[in-house]
Amino acid sequence: MSIQDIQDGIVDEFSLFDDWMEKYEHMIALGKSLPLIADAFKTDDNIIKGCQSKVWVHAELNDDKLIFTADSDAIITKGIIAILIRAFSNQKPQDIIDANTDFIDEIGLKEHLSPTRANGLLSMVKQLKLYAIAYQTQLN
Amino acid sequence: MTETFLDVHSIRKDFPILAREVNGKPLVYFDNAATSQTPQQVIDTIGHYYQNYNANIHRGVHFLSQEATNAYEQARIKIQKHFNIRESHEVIFTSGTTDAINLVANGFGSFVKKGDQVLVSAMEHHSNIVPWQILCERTGAELKVIPMNQNGELVMEDYHELLSEKTKLVFCNHVSNALGTINPIKEIVDAAHAVGAAVLVDGAQAAPHIKADMQVLDADFYTVSAHKMCGPTGVGALYGKEEWLNKLPPYQGGGEMIAEVTFEKTTYADLPHKFEAGTPNIAGGIAFGAALDYMNGIGFENIAQYEEELLQYATVALTKIEGLKIYGEASQKAAVVSFNIRGIHPYDIGTILDKLGIAVRTGHHCAQPIMDFYQIPGTVRASFSFYNTKEEVDLLVEGVKRARTMLL
Repeated sequence: MSIQDIQDGIVDEFSLFDDWMEKYEHMIALGKSLPLIADAFKTDDNIIKGCQSKVWVHAELNDDKLIFTADSDAIITKGIIAILIRAFSNQKPQDIIDANTDFIDEIGLKEHLSPTRANGLLSMVKQLKLYAIAYQTQLN
Repeated sequence: MTETFLDVHSIRKDFPILAREVNGKPLVYFDNAATSQTPQQVIDTIGHYYQNYNANIHRGVHFLSQEATNAYEQARIKIQKHFNIRESHEVIFTSGTTDAINLVANGFGSFVKKGDQVLVSAMEHHSNIVPWQILCERTGAELKVIPMNQNGELVMEDYHELLSEKTKLVFCNHVSNALGTINPIKEIVDAAHAVGAAVLVDGAQAAPHIKADMQVLDADFYTVSAHKMCGPTGVGALYGKEEWLNKLPPYQGGGEMIAEVTFEKTTYADLPHKFEAGTPNIAGGIAFGAALDYMNGIGFENIAQYEEELLQYATVALTKIEGLKIYGEASQKAAVVSFNIRGIHPYDIGTILDKLGIAVRTGHHCAQPIMDFYQIPGTVRASFSFYNTKEEVDLLVEGVKRARTMLL
């Protein structure tokens, strides 16, 4: 499935919820299903700066696709990173670089997050794209 | 416990912001230790200044300048009287507590040398640690820490042992912003003076709750921020004993702080102007005075008693929540509850509370050493003011329970 298709699917999924409580409960559930980063990669180097809770992300190439794993010490943050990973993991680096991130606004994630969390959210997206750029360079 | 006479429902009408809704819920504002809300009387003072007598102060011959100067100097006298300070020129207007601490730390560079020691308490705000680290790096003096115990109280036996003739300065907050602990300042000051050390007390968190008497406390310096006590942001005050303020070199060069300038030499102005370079925050200073009038109108004894009731009420109710632990259980405490729930990150609780219209602070509260001490990433901190109600505390308790159910 293309990144765009996955993002559309996430937007549809979130449109089912009427209020913020249900949306957050869904995010928390997603957080619990996050593909966890191996402990060996939970290093200070893999911490994303700009998040007020700790977020670790690891990326590795599987054939020509990039696989992300992550973890966080805060469950809502875990939910957010789980949504991002669902959209971007197991995709070609160039597709990740080219992907737009409008779906974040569309599912109302950004407006429902405090500015500090929104900054963290942007840092996470930036970090995933940076990994993609790095691996794309390697592939070239 | 006796109920106070403080009429909270009529007081709340003075604060327009308290009528706001946040995320579709009535605002419950429990982030008072970060900044307090502003009553209409103080807001009006700022508006009145700009509408009627906005002018640069001290040097103007014209009417508006005189009027503004009088109002600004009147505010200085209000601060002097409020803290029972001997002389009004011992009150220096600053941009806030951080600015005041930096002013003193910078000046002490001339008095501290290699081999000297600077003592700082284990529960300081970063703004009261970093300036002293810079001072010590610059001078080669050594920074020593007064430890605290699990309740969040300073270990006074250790403090007395740390003191020696090497000690030149002691820095301590009057009330800890992260834990609410009220520190035994009088004992700290007297013991420091006995070895010839000076003491700077960060009063930013104490000033909204306690009317400190400078002549009784006898600290050499005391700092406050207006925005923590119903005043505007960007203004505060440094109290310094006259002898110290005369000894300290000026902090910043510029207008106001000079008596005479030639290219060969500049003579500095007398106190307090020596430390007030440039055009100050005039409206802010005057509004600070108005904020003190407002709080004194309610009465600090009433405020302290009412906030103590809120604190007890909240502590009892929160403690009943399963897995909830309160950090900072000093016997003497201001109206601050710092807590965590086992297995839940403080940010998650703060986020859910925000959705319920409840403003709390989460994180390390600019006091990372305290968080390291308890080995936690941070806490949720609810800090109360005299305009908060028990009904609001009930909403907080319900909100925390709801967050717990969602997050665990």
